[in-house]
Amino acid sequence: MAGKEVDALTGIETTGHEWDGIQELNTPLPKWWLYVFYVTIVWAIAYSIAFPSWPWLSGYWGGLVGYTTRGQFNERMADLEASRAGWYDRLGAASLQQINDDPELLQIATVGGKVIFGNNCAPCHGTGGTGRPGGFPALVDDDWLWGGSVDEIYKTIQHGIRNDTDTDARISQMPAFGADAMLTSAQIAAVADHVLALSGQGADNAEGATLFAENCASCHGELGKGEPSLGAPNLTDQIWLYGSTRQAIINQITKPKMGVMPSWAHRLSDVEIKQVATYVHSLGGGQ
Amino acid sequence: MRISHAIFEKNVIVLIIGILVTVSIGGLVQLVPLFTMEQTIEKVEGVRPYSPLELMGRNIYIREGCYLCHSQMIRPFRDEAERFGHYSLAAESMYDHPFQWGSKRTGPDLARVGGKYSNEWHVAHLIDPRSVVPESIMPPYAFLAHKDLPFDDIADHLKALRITGVPYTDEEIADARKDVIAQATGGDADTSGVAQRYPKAVMGDFDGDPTRITEMDALVAYLQMLGTLVDFKDYRPAADYR
Repeated sequence: MAGKEVDALTGIETTGHEWDGIQELNTPLPKWWLYVFYVTIVWAIAYSIAFPSWPWLSGYWGGLVGYTTRGQFNERMADLEASRAGWYDRLGAASLQQINDDPELLQIATVGGKVIFGNNCAPCHGTGGTGRPGGFPALVDDDWLWGGSVDEIYKTIQHGIRNDTDTDARISQMPAFGADAMLTSAQIAAVADHVLALSGQGADNAEGATLFAENCASCHGELGKGEPSLGAPNLTDQIWLYGSTRQAIINQITKPKMGVMPSWAHRLSDVEIKQVATYVHSLGGGQ
Repeated sequence: MRISHAIFEKNVIVLIIGILVTVSIGGLVQLVPLFTMEQTIEKVEGVRPYSPLELMGRNIYIREGCYLCHSQMIRPFRDEAERFGHYSLAAESMYDHPFQWGSKRTGPDLARVGGKYSNEWHVAHLIDPRSVVPESIMPPYAFLAHKDLPFDDIADHLKALRITGVPYTDEEIADARKDVIAQATGGDADTSGVAQRYPKAVMGDFDGDPTRITEMDALVAYLQMLGTLVDFKDYRPAADYR
């Protein structure tokens, strides 16, 4: 190659190519741009020395500053724990009753409980515990399937209802009176009418009342007031889990749907469960 | 001395060697990290290949593009751990072909959704998301409950995955069809085989219709096992991570 060739007209170096007498100028890059480019190269090298980067066959370069994402995560979680330490330990040490009796603890528990509820419970029970049609009970009323005291709510959240994962889950089963041919469809209709009459809807009938006493009263109570220890709903309060129509009640007697609630003991800490229980208890219906 | 580009432009062999060197750098950057795979994947207890029913559910998950809105990777950040649970481990997706980590969260992360809600909730939510979560913008997938699950070729799916390195045994492949039926029926069916081959598999009639095995059954079975396999009570990250 020849040495530098300079374009006579502009005084700028050319690339040395020539096409039929036409030459290409080799205009230098702007200085500021070039230096920024060099700085990024230096930065990249320095960065890859300081932080985990280059892999080799049996390992990788861990970096001089000792950074790992998991190490950073553990620090952040430790910070979180430290920032919570005061009230977290107090909630852990206090019984549910003590939390409810102490206005300060009660406030801490309900505020935190609301957040945990929003993440974990609201998809089924609705934001604010308003419930959803189709078997997801409202938590804002005073109708409780498994008991509305804060201790019972705590137990329900801890172990859940009719799930396969927790051996302490609350379990009860309503027989399928129709599907298993325990009652005829006419008898089921009579019981349904009686059940409606229990909450003051429609006329009662003697056959339904007798069948109710024989088949249903052992769990739902003679007056149909329900039994929280068995998860048997109160039938007199016009609050229905699976629909309020006569047909819905007939369906429920024929082949009952029964709700499942997951166990939260493995997902939430004990303090978190205490917070949620306190929050749910505070929604309005707590006993 | 300056290497002139004229050398490359005037010698084909030199040009080819130059191209090979350049391309191989790009290739090595992608390949070398894979050599460290053995150390990247933590040794943890409990991770197993998907049961045939879960696998069919996973195929539906991919078919419907769930990954477009839902990620399956909890990053090691405080806010994610607070909301979704323990950060995801590489081992938890080692039998995923392809993995479903995703890169976008229009909906929430699903890496640990297993066991968080009841089957009834999942079915109600897939049929009409707004019936349970009013502010949801997820499209309804009601048709899954009407569509019979096509699982005649399930054994072939297992075989194909075995080629990619998922350790399905001959027995598991032979019983794949039977296992789909057993897991989706639950209750009276003989689920001992499924339970033994695929520990922690969730059994039962998921969609509320015990007479059929629908795509809903498979998808809910898959969702209910996500993130449940590793018992984090036994996991000690300090000893396991590099």
